[in-house]
Amino acid sequence: MFSRVYKTTVTLPPLLWVTVFLLAPYLLMFCYSFWSVSASQTIVHSWSLTNYGQLLRVDVYWQTLLRSMWIAARVTIFSLLLGYPVAYFLSFHAGKKKDLLYQLVIIPLWVSYLVRAYAWKTILGSDGVLNTLLQYVHLTKHPLEFLLYSPFAVVLTLTHIYTPFAFLPIYAALEHIPRNLVEASHDLGATPGQTFWKVVFPLSIPGVVAGATFAFVLSLGDFLAPLLLGGPSGIMISNIVVSLFGAAYNWPLGAAISFCMLLLVVGLLVVSERLEKKWSFS
Amino acid sequence: MSSITTPATWSTPTPHPTSPSPLLSIRHVAKNFGKNVVLQDISLDVAEGEFLTILGESGSGKTTLLRIIAGFESANAGEVWMGEERLDRQPPYRRRVNTVFQSYALFPHLTVEQNVAYGLRVAKRPEPEIASRVTEALEKVRMTAHAKSKPSKISGGQQQRVALARALVNRPRLLLLDEPLSALDANLRRQMQVELKSLQREVGISFIFVTHDQEEAMVMSDRIALLRSGELEQVASPREIYGCPATAYAAQFIGYTNLLNGHIRAGIVHSGALVWQANLPDGPALFSLRPENIRLAAGGAAAPGSVRVCGKVRAQAFHGATELIRVECGDGLVLVVRTPASGGTLGDVALEFAPTDAILVRQSPERI
Repeated sequence: MFSRVYKTTVTLPPLLWVTVFLLAPYLLMFCYSFWSVSASQTIVHSWSLTNYGQLLRVDVYWQTLLRSMWIAARVTIFSLLLGYPVAYFLSFHAGKKKDLLYQLVIIPLWVSYLVRAYAWKTILGSDGVLNTLLQYVHLTKHPLEFLLYSPFAVVLTLTHIYTPFAFLPIYAALEHIPRNLVEASHDLGATPGQTFWKVVFPLSIPGVVAGATFAFVLSLGDFLAPLLLGGPSGIMISNIVVSLFGAAYNWPLGAAISFCMLLLVVGLLVVSERLEKKWSFS
Repeated sequence: MSSITTPATWSTPTPHPTSPSPLLSIRHVAKNFGKNVVLQDISLDVAEGEFLTILGESGSGKTTLLRIIAGFESANAGEVWMGEERLDRQPPYRRRVNTVFQSYALFPHLTVEQNVAYGLRVAKRPEPEIASRVTEALEKVRMTAHAKSKPSKISGGQQQRVALARALVNRPRLLLLDEPLSALDANLRRQMQVELKSLQREVGISFIFVTHDQEEAMVMSDRIALLRSGELEQVASPREIYGCPATAYAAQFIGYTNLLNGHIRAGIVHSGALVWQANLPDGPALFSLRPENIRLAAGGAAAPGSVRVCGKVRAQAFHGATELIRVECGDGLVLVVRTPASGGTLGDVALEFAPTDAILVRQSPERI
């Protein structure tokens, strides 16, 4: 249908892009993960599985990885709990205000990530907005310490940042549900509650899966929120990778951890795509 | 058949007197979307076990009327009663009314069987009862073999049957059908018309069937409610509405007709070259004359009492058993005549019709 020249011109640029900016770095990272660093701080190009062994042996690495997954899981649950009702309301009951409300949900995405993280810092800090308010109304006598520099702060901030990402696919899935299915359900005697659980929710599952995947994968790899708000107890696996590539100067170990995370994320994407396929009926 | 040959009365279309207490009673229902008036002052009764068709062009408000009965729209004025119960105050899920949607609206994530069982499940019927009623309903529409299929895996005609079974399994008192056959191809549609009609006879549930297809309405209905721009034009049996159309619009919409503008003076109708006797008050009048009520006259004298006119055949259209002929009779009078297929080309012809076949109709007022 199309000439070979045309096919080549449209295929080559993305192929080049993917090769240079994705495949090559990943391959390099994969190689690094088997190398090591000598005492004189040079990379030794000998192949071994030591780095992967260290990841399993040294407690702080696998514990931080587990904690990161636990934080990401909480962020995912809270994003869904916040994002789903908003998406449902917008799609089914917002009427003429739909477009305006949609924009309002999306607007935070226009604001820099850093600004939003710092905003939480000023809200949650010892002299922050929240503590000052709590003391002013005499609910607490001293500033609450757990608010900032804790896993709580990280979960809160990441939930705030990634809820729109969970909201968007859910909203899209809800918008795709033919409204006559809802009418048919009412017509057959189902109350609005029964209709939601038997028709609307099952048909929105692909959106929920996509939203959950976004929230989980994005927050699992996050390092800014834990860096700014996490404190020692709120450290995540990406912070370790950052320091291994930076101050610690152990690129091979950093590469090994990165590669494990990459496998984890790819595995998750495969599972989520299977789930989405299983639950889509168009 | 004197009822067919006497002119329609001048009275406004009122609900046909049916059984003493109708199943459904629509009283003075009106609906507008903003400034757009969709229905005005609709009153209509549906009898127990009746097959009523709401017939109208697109935009006539027929689907809106159906949606008001089902509860998906609320009327701006008027009431809908089912027996002693005020239906229009109930949410759709409390009405003992089920709908077959135009696009079927089968739940894509449920199998055929689960779709049919839906209404019984939400009503929390015991599982053994659900199983037996679903089996019975699927047998009735001959879909047992596809019970475990998802709706996307079956054809349009089959989806149609499942939608019907899903509604009927709940034993509603009234079934609403919104152009359920419009998505099917012509042959399947004719087959489904017959099936649907015999199914309705069998289950004895009242059907309100919405369509824009006048032929479909004629074939299936006990009564037709002809809707035009949000108002009822005529409510009558197919025979009555065809034989005695109340208005010019009804005459033209149901079948084909010749509309003759005439003037009555002292019991004589003058319409162009045509003159006949009619016992009607003086003044201008409009008549409907069906093409099949005009005959090609043999030579010799006119049959006693019939009106005769001569003309030239301008066009002939072959329709199988019959043929439609366009005849120019002079004075701007053009008559369309349905005759048995003649097998040849016609030239000059003489036409005859009985004055009683010219039905007096009301001029339909212009509406937007």
